[in-house]
This record gives sequence, structure tokens and C-alpha cells, in this order.
Amino acid sequence: MQYFLEQCLIGISIGGAYALIAIGYTLVYGILRLINFAHGDIFMVAGYIMIFTTANFPIYISIPITIIATCILGVVIEKVAYKPLRTAPRMSIMISAIGVSYFLQNFATYLFTALPSNYPPIYFLKKQIHIGYLKTNMADILTPIITILLVLILIWILKHTKIGLSMRAVSRDYEAASLMGIKINNTISYTFAIGSILAAVGSILYFTNRASVFPYSGSMPGLKCFVAAVFGGIGSIPGALIGGFFIGLCETLIKAVGYSTFSDAFTFVILIIVLLLRPTGLFGEKIIDKV
Amino acid sequence: MKIKFLIKNLNIILSVIMILLCLAFLFIIDANNGSNKYLITIIEKSLVYAVVALSMNLVIGFTGLFSLGQAGFMAIGAYITAIFTIPIKFRESIYYVEGINADLATMTLPIPIAIILGGLVAAIIAAIIGIPILTLKSDYLAIATLGLSEIIRAVIASPMMNTITNGSYGLKRIPSFSGVLECFIYCGICILLMALVINSSYGRDFKAIREDEVAARAVGIDIFKAKEISFVISSFFAGVAGGLLAMFMRSIESRTFSVNLTYEILLIVVLGGIGSITGSIIGSFVVNIGKEALRVFDKPFTIFGFMVDWPIFREGFRMVIFSILLMVVVLFFKKGIMGGKEFTFDNIIKFFKKKGEKHE
Repeated sequence: MQYFLEQCLIGISIGGAYALIAIGYTLVYGILRLINFAHGDIFMVAGYIMIFTTANFPIYISIPITIIATCILGVVIEKVAYKPLRTAPRMSIMISAIGVSYFLQNFATYLFTALPSNYPPIYFLKKQIHIGYLKTNMADILTPIITILLVLILIWILKHTKIGLSMRAVSRDYEAASLMGIKINNTISYTFAIGSILAAVGSILYFTNRASVFPYSGSMPGLKCFVAAVFGGIGSIPGALIGGFFIGLCETLIKAVGYSTFSDAFTFVILIIVLLLRPTGLFGEKIIDKV
Repeated sequence: MKIKFLIKNLNIILSVIMILLCLAFLFIIDANNGSNKYLITIIEKSLVYAVVALSMNLVIGFTGLFSLGQAGFMAIGAYITAIFTIPIKFRESIYYVEGINADLATMTLPIPIAIILGGLVAAIIAAIIGIPILTLKSDYLAIATLGLSEIIRAVIASPMMNTITNGSYGLKRIPSFSGVLECFIYCGICILLMALVINSSYGRDFKAIREDEVAARAVGIDIFKAKEISFVISSFFAGVAGGLLAMFMRSIESRTFSVNLTYEILLIVVLGGIGSITGSIIGSFVVNIGKEALRVFDKPFTIFGFMVDWPIFREGFRMVIFSILLMVVVLFFKKGIMGGKEFTFDNIIKFFKKKGEKHE
């Protein structure tokens, strides 16, 4: 029982990090109808930025630097790789996203070699905590709290600010929004910035419990988080949150039972089942195709 | 009369001559394979990748289904080929962890049959999974096929399959091609068969679906059947190509067939031109030769007698250049090398005729 509860806590913690990344997918998909395959690699690069900033600065400076640098990276990728293809068929943008992902992985391999680099220990997050008879660390407790807090802020931004309003308008109807005077390109940049900030926070929380980063460490979590976003209903933020927690929890429990080779495959089994039974996910809106 | 016949069939004649020239070239380098090992490796790799790229082009470029499951089907083909062709005397030492399944221990198949069997199993799995999956829309289909490929990989690497696939330890000592000619013949047959499919009435159905699914349905094409056929044929050849890849690499493990393999092949397809048979083949050669040619940038090099030893030239730099080049192609030359066109002598003659007319 104790083991089970401890595993649940770990699962919820991983799920929190997944949820933060899944929101990035959901936001971008909502606006551009694009699976941002590079999002998982942005998450990986954030891990490397953190390693390098903590080597030179104290933690309380390096965390903001990481977040800002990741945010800039996300926006630059959008400007360079997706903006020129705005009017191209959807397949071209998706191929471009895969190309960016390929580039980031190769670039990271070149800069930091393919060997895992040690992630800096953040002592504050690593602190052991005892709740009753449960042993856990600060990161596991804090991750879900930070996640939910960030999601609340994000929902507030979407509901009550001008940026949020324009994001919602663009995701509802791209052309009508531009006719109403919304600056589409700025809105998309904001979306990528928000997604990348969340990915950076997710990366800090995720890698603290992993202790090492390597160039391909972003691709699998990236795909899983996309599954989380689909599970919750793509375009829906509460959906991404619940999807992230669900996938994280399931994965950890499967690992705990001893089937760790199947933990990745299980995620995709969920994906295929969800797509077959309820293609719009838990909270997704039904889209009707018109000829 | 005779000249007319010649002109009419110029394309076929020139193509046959070119294939014969290729064969002669391969025969020569095969004859002294000691000195041409490097060249042979590159040619074999390019040929195998051309088959996979074309099988992927069949679904993506000709049918418009964005499927990213190629690596999974290749894994099936590669493992089946490996399991049935590894010489019996080596098997015990390869399956040193848990021993080999008693039924498989003494079973061998001739190489071509093993390869075809691999393709068939991949095709059957594709047919079963295609029924639910192929109704999905573009990006959902992409992620579902990607997931399928990961599931296949996980099953192969799982400890339960240790006595069959040797789990995560991989398989070694797979018999290789006897020479580059054998590889050329296998790959040539695959490419020819796929080209025939693409130019058949099924191929026209595929193209109709790619252009406009609703219109294709309106003119009476059975959308689901055509998609399923395209997906199954593509998976069959991906399985066959997986078997060929196993023979080329001589040792395989489940990590070889990760998502990145699919991405690499997708980039070949894009570079060669989506919806072009010859484009995929040319793309495969360009990518594989390019990767080797860029190897000079992996370490300090000399150019015009100057030693260029900037610290940026070190291990892995060629892949950075390579991925930047690919991004440039994706962003600025969306059509790739061939666009949707084919490399035939007719087109070349037309091309030069047009140029001549312009000059006049």
C-alpha cells in the first residue's frame, strides 16, 4: 500500500510535467492545426539551457534565464520554420516541424555529444519529505501544485486579457479573426511563447527527477504529451491537464508492476483506443467537415 | 519506318540502355570489391533506402495519407528475415540470454522467401490495423501510425519475446548480400513492382483520393478500399525493405527502428519530391552520398592548402549542416528535387526542346 501510494505520487508528479507540455501542443494545435513535433525537443533544449545556466549562475537567476531563452527559441522556430508555410498545405508544415525536430536533435548531439549530461540538482526541489509514512521529495509535491497554478493563470489570461481573447478568436475562425483586425502573426507568436514557457517549467520539474539530459530525451515525452492532449480533447486546456495526469499515472503504475518496456507502447494503445471511440477526446468539440 | 519506331520508343530504349550501364558499372565494382568496399556500402544503403522511401511515397505522396509507421513495418520485416536466415550454428551464441525457442532453433528459410515472408507479415498487420486507423484524418493518422510503430518496437524489445527476437539484445550475424548486384536486383524488383502499382488503375485511384477525397468518392471510387490497398502494399514493401536493411547492416536491434528512422526516410521523400518515383530514388542517393560527403566537416580539414581548424568542425557537425540543408529544402524548395514529375528521357528531351524554342 505504501509502495502503491508512493508510486501514485511519482505518477502525479510526472503527469504534471506532461500536462504542462501537453498544453503547449493543445494551444498550437488549436490555432495552427499543426502537431508541433519540435515541441518535445524544445523541452529537451530547455534542459540543456538549464545545465549551462546553473553552471554559471545561482539557481534563482538561472531558472528565469532558462524560461526566457526557451520562450525566445519557441518564437524563433515559429518565425523561421512555420510562418513561411502559412498558406502551404498542412502536410508541408508538419514536415517542416519534423525537420526542426531533426535539426534540434542533431544540433544538441553536436554541441553536447549523445552522452547523457548530468542535470544540476536543485536542492530545494530534491529535499526529502515525509508525509505520515510516505517518503517523497519536494519536486513530487510541488509539481502538481505548480501545474495547476499555471493552468489557472493561463485560463485567466485566455478569458480576461486581450491576448487571450485574440487567441481564442483565431483558434475559432482564422480568417474571420484576421478580418476583424486581429494581428494573426502576433497572436501566433504569443501562443508559441506561452507554450514554450510552460515547456521550460515542465522541463525543470521533469528533469529534476531524472538527473540527466540527452539529445533524444525530448522525443518520447513529446509524443506522449501529444497523446495526453489528444486524450483530453485537442484544443481544450482542462483536457490537456487531465490527459497529462492520466498518462503520467498510468505509465508509472505500469512501470511499478514491472512491465516497463510496455509503458511507452501503452500510451499509444490509449491513443488508438481514444481515436477510435471518441476522436475528439474527453472535452474536445465536435468538428464537422463541410465540403 | 524503322526510325519512326526508334523515336517512338526512344524512352524505353534509353532507359534499358541506362539500366544495362548501371548493371555493367555494378558488375565492375563487384568484380574488384576489395578496393571498392566503401562505394559498395553507400550504393547498397542508398538502394535499400530507396525502396523504403518509395514505399513511404506510395502512401504519403500518391495517396495523401500522412502515415509515419514505416519504421515499425521495417522492424517486422527485418526481424523475420533475421530469425529465419541466421545460420543455425551461430544461433546458440546469439540467443545466449534465454536460449532460442525450440521450434525456431532449427528452422531456416532461403533468403528471398524469408524476405517475402517478412513483407507478408507486415502487410497482414497493416491490413488489420488499417481497418480502424485509416478512417482518421491527416494528423491523427500520422500520430496513430507513429504510435503503432512504437508499439511494434516495444513488443519486439519486450522480455517476453526474448526467445524469439532476443529482446533488447538484438540479432547478429545475419547473412549479407553476396554482392552489390544481388542487392540491386532485389531492390530493382521492389521498385519496379511499386512503379507498376502506381501506374495501374489502382494508382490512379490513389492519386484521385490525394487530390480530392470527396470528388473521388463522387466518381465512384471506393475510398476505404483504395486507402487500405495503398497502406497494405506500402507496408509490404516496407517489410521487404526492412529485411534488406537487416541483410545490409548484418546486425539489428530494436532501437534501429525508432521514430528517427521514419523521420529520416520522410526527409528523403521530401527531398526527392513528394509524389515522384524517380524522385525518391534520387533523393535516397543524394541523402546517403551527401551524408558521407559532408563527413569532411567532422574534423579540421584543408582547403586550397589552408588548414581550416576552427573549433566548430568536430564530430557531428555534418549532421547539423545536413539538417539545415534539409530545412532549406523544406522551406524554400517545397517541391524537392523532382517535384511531382518523373525522371524519364521523354521529359529530358522535352525539357531541352523547350529551352531550344525559347532561344529562338
